Amino acid sequence: MSSSNPLRDPADRRLPRIAGPSGLVIFGVTGDLSRKKLMPAVYDLANRGLLPPGFSLVGFARRDWEHEDFAQVVHDAVKEHSRTPFREEVWQQLIQGMRFVQGTFDDDDAFERLRATIEDLDKAQGTGGNFAFYLSVPPKSFPVVIQQLKKHRLADQSSGSWRRAVIEKPFGHDLKSAEELNAIVHEVFAPDQVFRIDHYLGKETVQNILALRFANTMFEPIWNRSYVDHVQITMAEDIGIGGRAGYYDGIGAARDVIQNHLLQLLALTAMEEPASFDADALAAEKTKVLGAVRLPKDLGRDTVHAQYAAGWQGGAKVIGYLEEDGIDARSKTDTYAAIKVGIDNRRWAGVPFYLRTGKRLGRRVTEIAVVFQRAPHSPFDTTATEELGSNAIVIRVQPDEGVTVRFGSKVPGTSMEIRDVSMDFAYGESFTESSPEAYERLILDVLLGDANLFPRTEEVELSWKILDPIEEYWDKHCVPAQYPAGTWGPVEADEMLERDGRSWRRP
Amino acid sequence: MKTDLTDTTASKINKALVLGRRAIGTPAIGMVLTLVIVTDEENAYDALKAASDAAHEHPSRTLVVIKRVSRSPRDRTKSRLDAEVRLGADAGTGETIVLRLYGDVVDHAQSVVLPLLLPDAPVVVWWPVNAPLDPAGDPLGALAQRRVTDTYACEEPIRELAARADAYAPGDTDLSWTRITPWRSMLAAALDQVDCEVRSVEVEGEAYNPSCELLAMWLADRLDVPVQRTSSEGPGLTAVRMDTDCGPVVLDRADGSLATLSIKGQPSRAVALKRRETAELIAEELRRLDPDDTYASALRYGVDRLSTPGEPAKGDSGDGAGARAVPAPVETAAKAPAKDAAQEKAPVKKAAAK
Repeated sequence: MSSSNPLRDPADRRLPRIAGPSGLVIFGVTGDLSRKKLMPAVYDLANRGLLPPGFSLVGFARRDWEHEDFAQVVHDAVKEHSRTPFREEVWQQLIQGMRFVQGTFDDDDAFERLRATIEDLDKAQGTGGNFAFYLSVPPKSFPVVIQQLKKHRLADQSSGSWRRAVIEKPFGHDLKSAEELNAIVHEVFAPDQVFRIDHYLGKETVQNILALRFANTMFEPIWNRSYVDHVQITMAEDIGIGGRAGYYDGIGAARDVIQNHLLQLLALTAMEEPASFDADALAAEKTKVLGAVRLPKDLGRDTVHAQYAAGWQGGAKVIGYLEEDGIDARSKTDTYAAIKVGIDNRRWAGVPFYLRTGKRLGRRVTEIAVVFQRAPHSPFDTTATEELGSNAIVIRVQPDEGVTVRFGSKVPGTSMEIRDVSMDFAYGESFTESSPEAYERLILDVLLGDANLFPRTEEVELSWKILDPIEEYWDKHCVPAQYPAGTWGPVEADEMLERDGRSWRRP
Repeated sequence: MKTDLTDTTASKINKALVLGRRAIGTPAIGMVLTLVIVTDEENAYDALKAASDAAHEHPSRTLVVIKRVSRSPRDRTKSRLDAEVRLGADAGTGETIVLRLYGDVVDHAQSVVLPLLLPDAPVVVWWPVNAPLDPAGDPLGALAQRRVTDTYACEEPIRELAARADAYAPGDTDLSWTRITPWRSMLAAALDQVDCEVRSVEVEGEAYNPSCELLAMWLADRLDVPVQRTSSEGPGLTAVRMDTDCGPVVLDRADGSLATLSIKGQPSRAVALKRRETAELIAEELRRLDPDDTYASALRYGVDRLSTPGEPAKGDSGDGAGARAVPAPVETAAKAPAKDAAQEKAPVKKAAAK
């Protein structure tokens, strides 16, 4: 790529960042993620004119498909799930670079065919040898695929071209396995060519945390222990484990969600201002704050894990976790986890961060609530402020993305009475009904080689260091509590906050 | 909901807005800008439709200023303001106020618009037709951070472009410029893929389409090479041919939707380059409200510095216009062969480059 393209000008902000010549190879292309997220994202990118001419999409799977069958599957997936309207001419552009390679992960011939396909695409589509390998495969297949890529010299970068690996969570199931996995991947791909997808980081609202904190003046001065009482980070799902028993059992909510999504949200909420918005500066601050996370002394007192029991969820009768298909009736896997952590630095000392996640909770919601201290003195008498809660800034990550500010206001009338009101900023209202999907942004970033929104090795390993002692404790000392499906979790979790004189927000 | 106000004033309209909001129960407003559309009755419907489609991306208060023509001299001296306030489902995501101005008030539209602007939010004025020659000097234009004109909609686009260049003030922009963003980004992407120097460029498109001139001027401005503007029957822009020191780079779009990008030494590729609806153009225009310096720079390059077939290219490097045998004629019948000739010419140039 020429660096001195006279048509490129930083002042010309209408021109989008278009990825250079490249292609994407998806392993496990028949999976749900691939059909529901990846294929539509590729189409949406093409529709927005962000993919290079000649962009190629290669599917790799066991299915006995021809290129046309694959194209048909992509076509259907795109029609059903894409965000932007279907346009024939965009489809015509995409279809020219679509290929399918049939084979299993241990099949040497298939990988040779894949190599031939890639070389052929370089000639026919001008992809210039630049390919990203998206590993949408179960964790146990990771090492095999990576080794095959190495063996068949698919990971070799030659003369200015790049090869990148995109991997999905879980990044291991504890520190040891994460280190092993990193070793395997880094043996074949250089660390800066490995992109770990945490789709939460691709969301507009999550990126907006940084804008909210560091582009404004009114929030940062109070964003510290002098004003903040505590922080609650919640990710709740209303669904059960569905058909994912095989994956979920033995992993649980904490490993599945807290280790990656919630700790990343914590890092963005708590970190210091980065020197710049580039990947290194961001990673440096995130690593620093994750390194400062301190676990409570008494893990039994300040953590809770639980499983959903049978109950009613939004009007439908649902079964408990232990009754789900494929789950051992004595399973100790958590479907709900709540932990309290502190951050040992000058900004946050003494401010607890409560993280909770669970399945079969009241509704699907992800939010960060920064709850402020009460006013140190109130000129109003207690009856006037009886209904006044704590001030809070809530960043709603999904759904209904936006920011809510809660504060007290006088109730109209002759007596002085102060009650909580909220001031709302909703993304859907102030901008774009069409903000891009997380995967669109992330795939584009992979093709551009922009690692801003991808957690690094150190972040992943630090997160495991935080979670491992908790998982160990749970494993040794207690059985999971139970909570009825469709509620906001077990009473133990409520008690955990009550002991600190606080309560969970109802999201 | 819809409220009709006859012979009214801006303060009565403001009152109707507050009442209306309270009636539908959405007092909170998340609107990000005020869009003022200045138009005549004939174009009001289409413009408002495009604006409300664009409002999905940018919820705004839309003020449609319709200047009515009075027939008799007596009507002309009487002035009247009628308004239609649309809220909620009738206005999409924002609020719409259609203002009809009769008589004297036509010349004082800014006095109606000023009290109706959203507090603190940026103001954009869009003239779908009949834009003033000096948008920033116009009383309505002076209220706005961004003034959007459309030279495509006027009688003599080329002359108008020259006038726009003279009157340019930061914040001016034109939909003919917005229309070529996909072309510009694709051409930039094409040059990303090769490492060679451009020697001359030909921009081909329908006559009387100022987008072709703007694209040609942008290329000339950025590349600093002679640029020739040739005509075809369209639709819109049909091709850009860049002659570089490593062979031609051609982006050719014959049908208005799917284009072919050919670069010497690389396979030809299809790229989607669809002509866009006005709503999409307005949405793009509203995305950034800071002055568009690239537009200013391209516009100021000057239409008269582009060469057309038949005359020698200005500041020519020897190749290009002089070698052209068939000047692109205006008659429809002769156009197709002219285009073929242009396409056949590519290999010749390539050979010459070697």
